[in-house]
Amino acid sequence: MDWEAFIISFKLASWTVILLVPLAILLARMLAWWRAPLRFMIEAVLALPLVLPPSVLGFYFLVLFNPNAPLGGWIREVTGATLVFSFPGLVLASMVYSLPFAAQPLLRAFETIPQQLREAAWCSGLGPWQTFWKIELPLARAGLFSALALTFAHTLGEFGVVLMVGGNIPGQTRTLAVAIYDRVQAFDERSAGVMSMVLLGFSLVVVSSVYAIERRK
Amino acid sequence: MNGLVVEIRQRRPAPLDIGLECREGELLALVGPSGSGKTTLLRCIAGLHRPQGRIVCGGEVWLDSGARVALPSQRRRVGFVFQDYALFPHLTVLENVALGCRSPRNQALAKARQWLARVHLSGLEERLPTTLSGGQQQRVALARALMRDPAVILLDEPFSAVDQVTRRRLRLEMAELRRGLQLPIVLVTHDLEEAEMLADRIALIHHGRILQQGLPREVLQRPVNSEAARLVDIRNLFRGRVTAVDEARGRCHLRWPGGEVEANWRKGLPPGTSVDWCIPPSGLVLHSRLRPSRGVRENPVKGRIVEIVHFGGHAQVILAPASAPQLRLYLDLPLHVAERNRLAVGEGIGVSLLIDSIHLMED
Repeated sequence: MDWEAFIISFKLASWTVILLVPLAILLARMLAWWRAPLRFMIEAVLALPLVLPPSVLGFYFLVLFNPNAPLGGWIREVTGATLVFSFPGLVLASMVYSLPFAAQPLLRAFETIPQQLREAAWCSGLGPWQTFWKIELPLARAGLFSALALTFAHTLGEFGVVLMVGGNIPGQTRTLAVAIYDRVQAFDERSAGVMSMVLLGFSLVVVSSVYAIERRK
Repeated sequence: MNGLVVEIRQRRPAPLDIGLECREGELLALVGPSGSGKTTLLRCIAGLHRPQGRIVCGGEVWLDSGARVALPSQRRRVGFVFQDYALFPHLTVLENVALGCRSPRNQALAKARQWLARVHLSGLEERLPTTLSGGQQQRVALARALMRDPAVILLDEPFSAVDQVTRRRLRLEMAELRRGLQLPIVLVTHDLEEAEMLADRIALIHHGRILQQGLPREVLQRPVNSEAARLVDIRNLFRGRVTAVDEARGRCHLRWPGGEVEANWRKGLPPGTSVDWCIPPSGLVLHSRLRPSRGVRENPVKGRIVEIVHFGGHAQVILAPASAPQLRLYLDLPLHVAERNRLAVGEGIGVSLLIDSIHLMED
């Protein structure tokens, strides 16, 4: 059992949730009542990571953030660090890859709030911000739980993107999923088995709690 | 004036061109068919919809497109009771009412309790809205609307989502409650009976315009034209032609398919003018079959009964005039009168159309 890899997986999933979910709330809230002709395009882009092979995403990430490319070079100049083969880069790539899992449940949840409830809040004197905190977000809480749990679980199970973007640097970018692959390559089936079991159990708990919450709603 | 003054217009999405006033303590009912613009008008007042024009309420300008003033809903002191009440399902009754109050929390809760007591909901403060009956939900919505110290109360079909027994009780409560409120109240309804019962004035709206406004009796019994008459469900509506005028007595004679009637004349209707005319069911008097009286000389019409419908101690009798069997005359009688005269479908009877009840409308 590679505990270092387990901690990195856990850290990656946590950071992705912390950074992505607020962003997804913002996006979903903006999109939910927006009736524009180009809305379908934005929804399609949001859903794209669902169907795109992780290797494609990883490839473009490497192309963009390579220190020799304009964007990657600029980032290195400003921060002194590079995003490829590093933990922050991994977090950024995970955020893109898990975006649909965070945004979709929230979008559906916001969409089902009747317009009249928001109007009632405005007519009770609540400003847009108060309406969001006191009415919209509490009513979308089932979507929020789903977004949190699915993003966390999905990031934990990431493999392709992590391998492409992060490589396999022990203690930095080697996650549990990559460590399993690594152990199988080395014919260490016992370690691979234990780690797979841990990941399987963990994912099962997370996903079943999502369904339990959905059911209660 | 401290009441509400509205002058708005728009072309899209549906045309709207409306001017109305509602004084403090006055209840104005907006009636009209679905899609006539009643609810849109209410939303304009609340700031949920932005037309062109001017809205002034409680001495504050809420909308003035000329001066580019358009306050958001939050800054208009409106108490809005939505059609389905729009209670927040995740908050308790007390929180629903106290939510919008800017006072410190303890004061807000105390004030909310007071309003809940005023609408007879004490004891239900900690319940969730979904566990309440329709009538109770309506009261929560009303308490929430009053909580804001509104400058106007807007009621969008507030009695439509409850059963008839509850509706009757809530209407009575509303009548009682409003006497203690010195506020303009605007009520949207498609129920004419409700409007007549609660309103000080009625505005009849059709296709985004006010067809007629005035006292309930005025609007419901003396429509300005045949369109207004149809909208207020006047069934004794006929066409005719002025044949003779007696200016000295203020009377005229009308020729109509059922014969000739005498009516009160008003200026602007010289002989030869085509008019629409109507008479409320209460303006038709049955010629007693037991004791013939002298009244039978006032606009007598003979006919055959084609239908009798009983409702709440009354009998609605539908009559086909002998001289125009394709037309229908509706009259309302106390049930005991109908029974004593042994009225039955197929029987021939005579009625008088009371001169003072006949209302002439220009073509």
